Amino acid sequence: MLQLKNLHVSVDGTEILKGIDLEIGPGEVHAIMGPNGSGKSTLASVLAGREEYEITAGEILYDGADLTELDAETRAREGIFLAFQYPVEIPGVSNTYFLRSALNAIRAHRGEDPLDAIDFLELVKDKAKLVRLDEKLLKRPVNEGFSGGEKKRNEIFHMAVLEPRLAILDETDSGLDIDALKIVADGVNALRDTQRSFVVITHYQRLLNYIVPDFVHVLKDGRIVRSGDRELALALEDQGYEWLETAPVAAGA
Amino acid sequence: MDRTAAPAGSFVASVAEIIGRIEGEPDRLVDLRLEASRAFTAAGLPTTRQEAWRFTSLRALAETPHRPAAPADAEIADLTIPGSHRLVFVNGRLSPGLSAAEDLPRGLTLRPLAGALAEAAGPAASTIGGAVDLARHPFAALNTAAFADGALIHLEPGAIVEAPIHLLFVTVGDGEPTWSAPRTLVAAGAGSQATVVEHYVGAGGESLTLPVTELRLAAGAILHHVRLQEEPRSARHIALQASRQARDSRLDSVALNIGAGLMRTDIDAVLAEPGAHAALDGLYLVEDEQHTDTHLDVRHAAPHCTSHELYKGILDGRSRAVFNGRIVVDPAAQKTDAIQSNRNLLLSAGALVNSNPQLEIFADDVRCTHGSTVGRLDEEAVFYLRSRGLDRATAESLLTYAFAAEIVGAIPVGAVRERIERHLVARLPQGELAREAF
Ligand SMILES: Nc1ncnc2c1ncn2[C@@H]1O[C@H](COP(=O)(O)OP(=O)(O)OP(=O)(O)O)[C@@H](O)[C@H]1O
Ligand SMILES: [Mg+2]
Repeated sequence: MLQLKNLHVSVDGTEILKGIDLEIGPGEVHAIMGPNGSGKSTLASVLAGREEYEITAGEILYDGADLTELDAETRAREGIFLAFQYPVEIPGVSNTYFLRSALNAIRAHRGEDPLDAIDFLELVKDKAKLVRLDEKLLKRPVNEGFSGGEKKRNEIFHMAVLEPRLAILDETDSGLDIDALKIVADGVNALRDTQRSFVVITHYQRLLNYIVPDFVHVLKDGRIVRSGDRELALALEDQGYEWLETAPVAAGA
Repeated sequence: MDRTAAPAGSFVASVAEIIGRIEGEPDRLVDLRLEASRAFTAAGLPTTRQEAWRFTSLRALAETPHRPAAPADAEIADLTIPGSHRLVFVNGRLSPGLSAAEDLPRGLTLRPLAGALAEAAGPAASTIGGAVDLARHPFAALNTAAFADGALIHLEPGAIVEAPIHLLFVTVGDGEPTWSAPRTLVAAGAGSQATVVEHYVGAGGESLTLPVTELRLAAGAILHHVRLQEEPRSARHIALQASRQARDSRLDSVALNIGAGLMRTDIDAVLAEPGAHAALDGLYLVEDEQHTDTHLDVRHAAPHCTSHELYKGILDGRSRAVFNGRIVVDPAAQKTDAIQSNRNLLLSAGALVNSNPQLEIFADDVRCTHGSTVGRLDEEAVFYLRSRGLDRATAESLLTYAFAAEIVGAIPVGAVRERIERHLVARLPQGELAREAF
């Protein structure tokens, strides 16, 4: 579904991603871990189509086609979803209205008719229940005055409504207590199926007890220095990142 | 320089000697007109060397002689407010055929000033001009010297008027530059309540509208006031709104500046007695070469008064906005609560804002805050919306609409709100979609 080949990315002339190779198949869950500033959000943003990041080398293929040709909205319409590490407040624009415009833009792209207000409302209520989002947050402006946890849950709620094919969750677990974490994980697990893939960025192995990944990758200084299964996450929890060298070739030396 | 000898062919020379006279007007007004005429002639046109006009140049106007606008016909079908009481003035003259002021509720007087001023004992004759500082406002002086008619709204004590009162001032240009000076006096008696819409429109030709509006609120009066200016680009609009509020009165006034090539609005608000509250909000929506200038002058003259001002601006093209918000708190005005905020959204690289708050506080137990911002759309927010599937135009329109919504949503008259929404929709690439969001 998604292939990154030797991906190099710079921002303002500073190289942040220094050659990433990663292949994500349909239905797979990949966890990406790594120290602060290692480039995790950069990777997520590049996939979502943020324009200030410059791809200096390598390629990104989505369903075999060059993803970098597409602007952010087209990527969203093609099924890519990013749950933001820091969800943005949109004063004045109601959460429901925004979501309906987004869903209908995606549907139009697929040649489907817009969902009418009643069907949409039903869908929204269903999905809000799924992530136990307070219904009063539906009418409020997007993320405005939401608590940290509400913002994160709102991201998962958007994801549940938009039903992407590739969902990237950037530290959606940060700052959540265990109950909220379980709700988020339940939301993700409810969407897991053989055709839908996830990239779960996290600092904490704790989340991976609830969203069990197929693969775990460690990103350090812009490179994937180690890949493994969920055992790797447990090892990282015990020992931190120091024992991993920056370059994978050096790891065995 | 001898100001009295304005060069022939100048604006000042073309207007200076004009003194209006209304049949039967009181001596007080006759004297006031002379005083005003002298004040205007002495001051001449303001220049950018004067602080209050630093960013607004009248050079082009100064070189353009204007004649008084001649009587004309107008079409107002799509300008009316359903269910309102209405007076319509075309080029400063009452148009009885277009007006609708017959079946007025008890306690409401709505009539042309011309007739009202002839009644020596009436509210118009005794108070007109009382709230206007002629020395500070040369164009208001010109209006005072010259005005031939206008609107009087008088509310008896305790009168509650539900339907909006619509004052529609139409300027019809005729090819040569013309000017008119509409006058409005609103006198709200103790405990009365009403909603007044002052509405300025126009068609064709270079024109100059110089309105003066006086708002007098007696104790406990509540006045909702909308000032909607949507004249054509060929127009200049230089207005004064002067309000005086007695004890526990409440003025909610919103100024919507959308039309005209050059617009200058001075708002002088005096909170004269304890417990008065003024909310003075505004929205300016400008593009191309439009120039808007708002000067607020809010004076707290008594304790326990509150004043809140929120002005928002959306600028596109090479437009320019000037905002000067002055708040003066007199030594006696303890427990004043004054909040002022001016927020500007730039949609283009060529637009420019000069925002200048000015607090002059002479009392010690007060709460006064002010803030001013000039910024572009938040790219982070645009990206967030796009990353969920909205295209850039829709995302930007939505955010721009949302920026204005705080003011637009609070407009107390539905028909006016819809007019502003239509302006917004027309100015935004995906305005119609954005409008559905609110
Ligand atoms: N727009 C930008 N301009 C300049 N530097 C940037 C920009 N975005 C990211 N960086 C830098 O790139 C590096 C990687 O940042 P990134 O946010 O991708 O890290 P991260 O792994 O997500 O960190 P965290 O765990 O703290 O979220 C950091 O050094 C950061 O300062
Ligand atoms: Mg990050």
